[in-house]
Amino acid sequence: MAVSVSIPTILRSHTGGQKSVEADGNTVAEVINDLDSRHSGLKDRLVKDGGLHRFVNVYVNDEDVRFVGGLDATVSDGDNLTILPAVAGGTR
Amino acid sequence: MLVIRRDLVDAMVAHARRDHPDEACGVVAGPEGSDRPERVIEMTNAERSPTFYRFDSTEQLRVWRAMDAADEEPVVIYHSHTATEAYPSRTDVSYASEPNAHYVLLSTRDPHEYELRSYRIVDGVVTEEPVEVVESYMFAHTGSDDVPDRG
Repeated sequence: MAVSVSIPTILRSHTGGQKSVEADGNTVAEVINDLDSRHSGLKDRLVKDGGLHRFVNVYVNDEDVRFVGGLDATVSDGDNLTILPAVAGGTR
Repeated sequence: MLVIRRDLVDAMVAHARRDHPDEACGVVAGPEGSDRPERVIEMTNAERSPTFYRFDSTEQLRVWRAMDAADEEPVVIYHSHTATEAYPSRTDVSYASEPNAHYVLLSTRDPHEYELRSYRIVDGVVTEEPVEVVESYMFAHTGSDDVPDRG
């Protein structure tokens, strides 16, 4: 299943500056593995301890995957996967 | 250095005061590559907490897409500290992921005087920068000012 993946500025060093790349997979995890095989190092920025890294948000189309199964969330042919840096912080 | 219009500073301060004692957060969008903040976008603090903030992820996607469609980027990413000084915490630094953004910290711990400071945060290194508040960008070298000045 081919999906297009939007890459945020901070990760474009892994994609040769490209804003959008193609990848295959039936789940978010599979797409990330495929991405990593094409753009080495991306997986380490997205996945930690078997889950989605807390520093990133990943969306399938308009849905934050944290609400629909995380790395197991399914993707379909033609879907858009968007990666954004999570914006957070605070006094603690 | 951060050069920013006074009305944008006023809008950020008003937002931070309104959400006090919870932390307020948002962005100031501007044309990509211009380094010119033009439009304050208040974001929902999904944590609604006095010690932590996180952009609501669904709102963030919508706002980021709109900026993308308008060839804009987050020139400023701001949030408030409501009981401490306007200096990035370790958590702020660990999340900072926009190397081109000015990270603006606003402290509202004093009910009468606010403190506003700006930082670059790249690869975990915090560098404070001067802030110049201007009435308009008309005399800056960054292009025309198409937003009318107030008053």
